[in-house]
Amino acid sequence: MNEIIKVEHLSKKFGNHEVLKDINFSVEAGKVTSIIGASGSGKSTLLRCMNLLETATSGKILYKNENVLTSKNIPSYRTKVGMVFQGFNLFENMNVLQNCKIGLTKVLKEDKEQAEKESLHFLEKVGMLPYINAKPRQLSGGQKQRVAIARALAMKPDVLLFDEPTSALDPQMVGEVLKVIKDLANEGFTMIIVTHEMAFAREVSNYVVYMKDGVICEEGSPEEIFNNPNKEETKEFLHRFTNL
Amino acid sequence: MNTLPQDFFGRIVFIIQKYGFTLLEGAGTTLIIAVIGTIVGCLIGFFVGVIQTIPISKKDNILKQIFLKLVKILLDIYVEVFRGTPMMVQAMFIFYGSAIMFNIRMDMWTAAYFIVSINTGAYMAETVRGGILSIPEGQTEGAMAIGMTHFQTMLYVIIPQALRNIMPQIGNNLIINIKDTCVLSSIGVVELFFATKTVSGAYYTVFEAYSITMVIYLVMTVFFSKLLRFFEKKLNGPKDYSLSTTDTLAYTSGMLKYPDKENHYE
Ligand SMILES: Nc1ncnc2c1ncn2[C@@H]1O[C@H](COP(=O)(O)OP(=O)(O)O)[C@@H](O)[C@H]1O
Ligand SMILES: [Mg+2]
Repeated sequence: MNEIIKVEHLSKKFGNHEVLKDINFSVEAGKVTSIIGASGSGKSTLLRCMNLLETATSGKILYKNENVLTSKNIPSYRTKVGMVFQGFNLFENMNVLQNCKIGLTKVLKEDKEQAEKESLHFLEKVGMLPYINAKPRQLSGGQKQRVAIARALAMKPDVLLFDEPTSALDPQMVGEVLKVIKDLANEGFTMIIVTHEMAFAREVSNYVVYMKDGVICEEGSPEEIFNNPNKEETKEFLHRFTNL
Repeated sequence: MNTLPQDFFGRIVFIIQKYGFTLLEGAGTTLIIAVIGTIVGCLIGFFVGVIQTIPISKKDNILKQIFLKLVKILLDIYVEVFRGTPMMVQAMFIFYGSAIMFNIRMDMWTAAYFIVSINTGAYMAETVRGGILSIPEGQTEGAMAIGMTHFQTMLYVIIPQALRNIMPQIGNNLIINIKDTCVLSSIGVVELFFATKTVSGAYYTVFEAYSITMVIYLVMTVFFSKLLRFFEKKLNGPKDYSLSTTDTLAYTSGMLKYPDKENHYE
């Protein structure tokens, strides 16, 4: 087993509110892990700790066997483990192409031509090539999210973290974004995806983690979790979701 | 020697002929102090505003935290002092005070530029801070998630947007400075107001001289407010965008701007 990320005894408190309690799980390279769970169960906080946007209170996050919580070079780790947000978070002052290019020229210090070539490649991959001159405010939600994915991919990360990438989208745009993620999964891209799209999670993931109240309640293959969950809580959660 | 005409317009023409150059020189002085003071003030404002918004993280080493905290407190004091006292009082205090307290003979011009800059800086610091805080947090996180440092995030993402948002405030400050440089007459700077005082005294043509000066001030402020409005529009960029495609047929039909050379970020 080729573990690229391993989370050990991770805990996170906001004041005295313990949002994550002793979280342990690992991610295999080339596999897709979905995290499901009710709103408020700590899924976003977990991803944000893994991208170091939140500082974990205790525990370890091992990336290629090194604890990133004590890392001196946070920006360089973030280029390896990127993140895609629910709210897209595109740079509003830049057009689509610039959004992708800026990380390449300024963070990875690539020369302009190389950066442009690569950006265009990833924008093509997400089907946004025709819109390279558009500003984010001129795009639909689904288009914005595809640009955000291209921007993250352009950094050539080893792992991408997705925090509810389709939750802010109108229903008719969910499909176009899920398709992009599905294509990445088929290429064997390592991803951790927080999602409420159960059918998608079941289809695309190699591993599913169910979180409840800041702990991992149950984890396993999609078949185990969706067809034969062991725990009552998991059954209840899935039941509520499939009856929606 | 010329005799003073009896009617209002005659007197105006007389003053313009005789003292037009003096008034224009005064206006030039006013403008240059106001423009340079505003530019330097904005730089100070950006510097202070950016420092004020550096997050203090408990992960940093303790010395860095204390140092940052101390700098922020000092900058706060600076902002409060210069926003909270009249510029004319500051002018007297700094110009005469520096000589008595520190034995520095600051020349009048240095003092003039210094006072307007430092005053504008104090106002702009708060404006810039607000401008930075008004940019949604998400964009900062988006920048951090691709590995940008705090400095890069500020430089490429936040400040360009904050700058656009505070352009009206910068314009406001410039206009206020054009008017308020007249307080520098108190330390002997011959700007437009001082020049007018001299001119009006010569023939007791107070009303006429100040009529001319009113017009000069108004022309200057209106000109700059229009100019800044124009820059604002430029900063907004085009309202629409053109689709680009690799389809060469579309290329010849002219719908293509690919890649859009003039719109590149660098
Ligand atoms: N910055 C914060 N400060 C305080 N509490 C927070 C903060 N962010 C999240 N929380 C709390 O942590 C819990 C988990 O939130 P979150 O990770 O966003 O859950 P999920 O993504 O599963 O909906 C919630 O109770 C939420 O109120
Ligand atoms: Mg969430």
